Amino acid sequence: MPIEVTKPGLATTVQDRGREGYYHVGVPPSGALDQFSLVAANLLVGNPADAAALECAYMGPELHFTESTVVAATGADVELRLNGEAQPAWTSFAASSGDVLTFGYIKRGARMYLAVAGGIDVPEVLGSRATYPLGGLGGYEGRALQAGDELAIGLAGEETVGRSVPEELRPDLPNELEIRVVMGLYDHLLTEGGRETFLATSWTLTPVADRVGFRYKGAELDMVRREQPFGAGSDPSNIVDAPYPIGSIQVPGGVEPIVLHRDAVSGGGYAMIATVISADMDAIAQSAPGSNTRFVAVDLEAALAARRERAGRVSRLQGVLD
Amino acid sequence: MSNADATGARYSWGADEHLFVEMAEAMSLEAYFRSMAVVTELRKRRPEGVIDICPANASYQVRFDPDTLAPDRLESLLREIEAEVGDAHDFEFETRIVEIPVLYDDPWTHETLMRFRDRHQDPEATDLEYAARINSFDDVQGFIDAHSSAPWMASMVGFVAGLPFLYQMVSRERQLEVPKYVRPRTDTPALTVGHGGCFGCIYSVKGAGGYQMFGITPVPIYDPRQELPDFKDFVCFFEPGDIVKFAPIDRDRYDELRGEAEAGRISIRKRTVTFNLEQFTADPDAYNERLLEVLNAD
Repeated sequence: MPIEVTKPGLATTVQDRGREGYYHVGVPPSGALDQFSLVAANLLVGNPADAAALECAYMGPELHFTESTVVAATGADVELRLNGEAQPAWTSFAASSGDVLTFGYIKRGARMYLAVAGGIDVPEVLGSRATYPLGGLGGYEGRALQAGDELAIGLAGEETVGRSVPEELRPDLPNELEIRVVMGLYDHLLTEGGRETFLATSWTLTPVADRVGFRYKGAELDMVRREQPFGAGSDPSNIVDAPYPIGSIQVPGGVEPIVLHRDAVSGGGYAMIATVISADMDAIAQSAPGSNTRFVAVDLEAALAARRERAGRVSRLQGVLD
Repeated sequence: MSNADATGARYSWGADEHLFVEMAEAMSLEAYFRSMAVVTELRKRRPEGVIDICPANASYQVRFDPDTLAPDRLESLLREIEAEVGDAHDFEFETRIVEIPVLYDDPWTHETLMRFRDRHQDPEATDLEYAARINSFDDVQGFIDAHSSAPWMASMVGFVAGLPFLYQMVSRERQLEVPKYVRPRTDTPALTVGHGGCFGCIYSVKGAGGYQMFGITPVPIYDPRQELPDFKDFVCFFEPGDIVKFAPIDRDRYDELRGEAEAGRISIRKRTVTFNLEQFTADPDAYNERLLEVLNAD
C-alpha cells in the first residue's frame, strides 16, 4: 500500500464531502467538518473537490510513503515536515517513496486536511467514503486510523506540485469567534433573559468537541417554567423527542450549549434554540477548545446571503487552482 | 414564524438548510399520524432540492438545498400539504409489522444496570422492578405482559443510525411511562430494549444512554457491513412507520437465535400490512389483534 500509518494522531479519519439522504434513519451526513479546507486540499493536488482525504483533529498522524505522490495540507495552522524538513501549508508538494510526513503542534485552528493526489481509496458506502465512527460505517473500516493501517490511493490526474492557495482565501482561524445563528426551533422555551444571556455571553469551547458536537460553557440560560407536555421529560429543557438540524444548538438543563456538527445525533429530547448558518460551520470546525465564541442572531435572508458569499469564495478557489 | 394555523402546526427554520415543523407539543398518535401523512405526501411530490425528509414523533424536519429549492417555496408546499391532510383521521399507509424477540431481565443489561446504580432513581431495585412499581403493576411479569402484548409504532428512527423510537399503540391512560436515568450511563449493550418517558427504543449500537433497560434482543437491527440477509439493500432495518411486536423468549431460545445471527442466517419476522387510522381509532385493541393475526399467519 502507498501509505503506512506509523502514528495515527489523535482522531484521524477518512472524509469526503459526506453522504446525503439517510438522516431520516439516523445516518448523519458525516464528511469533512471544515468543507472549505477539504475542497482546497483536494484542488491543490489535482483531485475533484469531493475526493476523500484525511481529517486530522488536534494532533496529526505520522505517515510513511511507499510510493511517490503529491500531497497538500490545509485547515489548522500547523508545522508540517517531510523527513524533518519544513513544508509550506496550503501548497502542494511531492512526497517520494520512503518519505515520512509528520505534523507539529497546532498553533491555530483544530483540524488539518491532508489530500493525496488520486484521493484516499476506501470503498464507498451509501455513496460516500466518509467515516461515521459512531455507527462503524464508511471510511477505513468504519473507524479512526490506527498505527499499522495501510491506505490505498486512487488514480492521480495531472501533476500539480507547487500549487498554492493565496493568503486572502485562507480562513482566519481566530481565537475569538463570531458565529451567526438563526434563532428559532424551541427558542420560545428561553425566557427573555435567557435569550439575552445566550446572545450576550462569550462562550468558551470545552474539550468536549468532536465530530458529533461542540460543547460550550459560560453561563446558565433561564428557561420558561411550564407544565411539561405529555411525552416530554421533566426538565424545562426537555421536549418530545424531535429531529435535530445539523448545526442546531441545544442546551441540556439550560447549561453548556452544544452545537451539533456533521456526525450529529439525528434527534432527541433537548430543546434546540438556534441553528448555526451553513456558511459558519467551517469556522465551528476550526474552533479549538479554550477559544471564545459569541453567537450573533441573523435572519434567514442574511443566512442565505452569507451562503452565497461563501459559494463565491469556493468559486474563486476553483478559479485560482484550476 | 407563528403557530396561528388552523391545525396548529408550527414552522421554524433550522438556519438555511432545515425547515422544522412541530405538529403538536405533546406526544399522541394523532400528532404522529398527521406528521406521517404530510411526510408521505411530501415524499410523493418530492421537489428537487429536498435532501432528507425526517419524520419524528410529533414533528418532522426537511433538510434542503436552498440553492435549488427556495425556502419560501418549500414552506408554501408544506403548508399546502398540511391543509390538505387536515386531521388525517382517514390516513392510510402501507407498512410492515415485525416481531422482535426479547429476553427480558437478561444477564447483560442486568450487569450494566448494576454498574450504574448510582445514576438511577431507585438504586435498590432493577430498572424493570422500578418501572413495574411506578406504573402500578403488581409485579415485573405484569409489566412485561403490558410491554409485550400491544404493538408499538416506530414513530422516529434516529439518534444514532437505525435506532427506533417506539410509541405503544394504546390509549394514553395505558402508556407506560418511566423517566430516564438521573444521569446518563456511559455504556449500554447493543440491542438493549429500553424505555424513557413514553418512548420505547432498541439501541442499535453499544454506547452511552439514559433509557431504562428492560431486556435484550438477539436479532441485529443495524449491520454496517451488510452481511445479514435483512440488510442486503440497506444498513438499517427500521424505517419510520414500522409496527413492532415484542415477543418474550427464554434463554435457550435467545442462545439459539444468537447462534443463527452469528452464523449470518437470522432474519426478522415481518409482514406487509396496510394501516388504516380510522379503523384503528374505532377500536384499537381489536385492530391490533388483526395486525397480529397478519404477523402470525402461516
